[in-house]
Amino acid sequence: MSAMSFILVILVSLVCGMASVMDERQFHRPIVACTLVGLVLGDLHTGIILGGSLELIALGWMNVGAAMAPDAALASTISSIIVIVGHQSIGEGIAIAVPLAAAGQVLTIFVRTIAVFFQHQADHFAANANFRGIEWCHIGALFLQGLRVAIPTGAVAAVAGTSIVNNWLDAIPPVITHGLQVSGGFIVVVGYAMVINMMKARSLMPFFFIGFTLATFVTGINLVGLGILGACAAVVYVQLNPDFHDSIKMPAAAVNTVSDDDDVLG
Amino acid sequence: MSETREVRKVESLTKKDFINTYFRSTFLLGSFNFERMQAIGFCVTMMPAIKRFYHKKEDQAAALKRHLEFFNTTPWPASAIFGVTAAMEQKRAEGGDIDEAAITNVKIGLMGPLAGIGDPIYWGTARPILAALGASLAMSGSILGPLLFFFGINIIRMLTRWYGFKVGYNQGTDIVQDVAGNRLKKLTQMASVLGLFVMGSLVSKWTSIKMPLVLVSYKQAGHLINTSLQNILDSLLPGLVALLMTFACMWLLKRKVNAIWIIFGMFVVGILGYWCGLFGL
Repeated sequence: MSAMSFILVILVSLVCGMASVMDERQFHRPIVACTLVGLVLGDLHTGIILGGSLELIALGWMNVGAAMAPDAALASTISSIIVIVGHQSIGEGIAIAVPLAAAGQVLTIFVRTIAVFFQHQADHFAANANFRGIEWCHIGALFLQGLRVAIPTGAVAAVAGTSIVNNWLDAIPPVITHGLQVSGGFIVVVGYAMVINMMKARSLMPFFFIGFTLATFVTGINLVGLGILGACAAVVYVQLNPDFHDSIKMPAAAVNTVSDDDDVLG
Repeated sequence: MSETREVRKVESLTKKDFINTYFRSTFLLGSFNFERMQAIGFCVTMMPAIKRFYHKKEDQAAALKRHLEFFNTTPWPASAIFGVTAAMEQKRAEGGDIDEAAITNVKIGLMGPLAGIGDPIYWGTARPILAALGASLAMSGSILGPLLFFFGINIIRMLTRWYGFKVGYNQGTDIVQDVAGNRLKKLTQMASVLGLFVMGSLVSKWTSIKMPLVLVSYKQAGHLINTSLQNILDSLLPGLVALLMTFACMWLLKRKVNAIWIIFGMFVVGILGYWCGLFGL
């Protein structure tokens, strides 16, 4: 790996690490992160394919409430390097990505705990109306999140492609690599299950089964077609749902005028 | 309005403040910590408004302190809360009848309902659908996949943030009725229907499970006919195994099993299944 691409890999992973905590511009999603690493390593094509495959696995990884998702950033950057520089298969890249996502999660928990210190520092600055100080606390904690991905990625980038690492990767028995490829076919259901659970909409589950059945039996239908059908189902459902019919509810509301007048803010 | 307070005229937020606040809001979770979560990010986002409305140092310090309290919600629609908070701060600076507790209460009160709307719409529907669409293109090596996902999701995000703040600021506390009202509930339900529909189709379309284990084999007209487990399952319902696996994962997740452990478990199932011939490539 040339010095230039080494520096660019560090920069990309810094951005991915920061994006991972913010969940804002989505640079940490595998489909973006792997593509960028592929770009700076000069193998865009492999980066895109790995990114697409990992994205499917990570589809449901999300931060909801205080719960944290497995870390897509570290998983994407390091597995891209291993696949591209270490000349491994996409299947092996996926297999490596999952333990990395777990490791990344541990690291982000660590940094989020350290960030409590910045929080208390910010309290002191607030007492003196020191705007700059609070901003630096914010940026400082954010930068740590970037480093948490950049440092491990840099370490892997430094040794990837060397014969020791390649020999070690090649020594994995085929029953493991093939088995991992097999699991790659159904590991995506974990992400789907996370999304379904998050919706907390048991009464809407029939739509899940309609989608499943249509996709199974209608040959030739693609995701765009299914999306259009789903959107139509959503509109029709809301139109027909009596919960949203103000006209039907009117008499009931008239009886409850007193409680309706209550200030919502209390 | 109470007579004891003097009513001051306070400048409204300028276009520049809007842009400044928007930019800061995109870093909301930067210093996420386990004590007060998005608190510093909230405070940093409110800074342009605080500087615009308060000029005395002690007023500014009090406002900064107020916005370093616990805060946590879905990041993008949080901009609506910034808007409402800015509107309330302006009223307070003008000498309006708004105390510190009222501002905090509105913030805390909006956090939960907004996450209830935001999580299904953005994390449950918009992002997975765009990601699935992008990934299907990307897996054939097309650069369109990443581009579609990246620009699609970011346009949604930017619009949410910009208009969320604008609507929140202009409507002020009136927005509370909107959040509780039917319009947003409708939107959430629509997102959930679409999200579940697409999830259902993905379970069928984007899983590949092959079970070549031969259960019955017999000779017919000199040909050896093998009936594998896959043949039987396919004649019953293709995708059945994926469906059952999805339900198993949902069940485990509901029991607070960490997703990473479930994924590792899947790897073990895959390796053992391949080793004993149950699963095939």
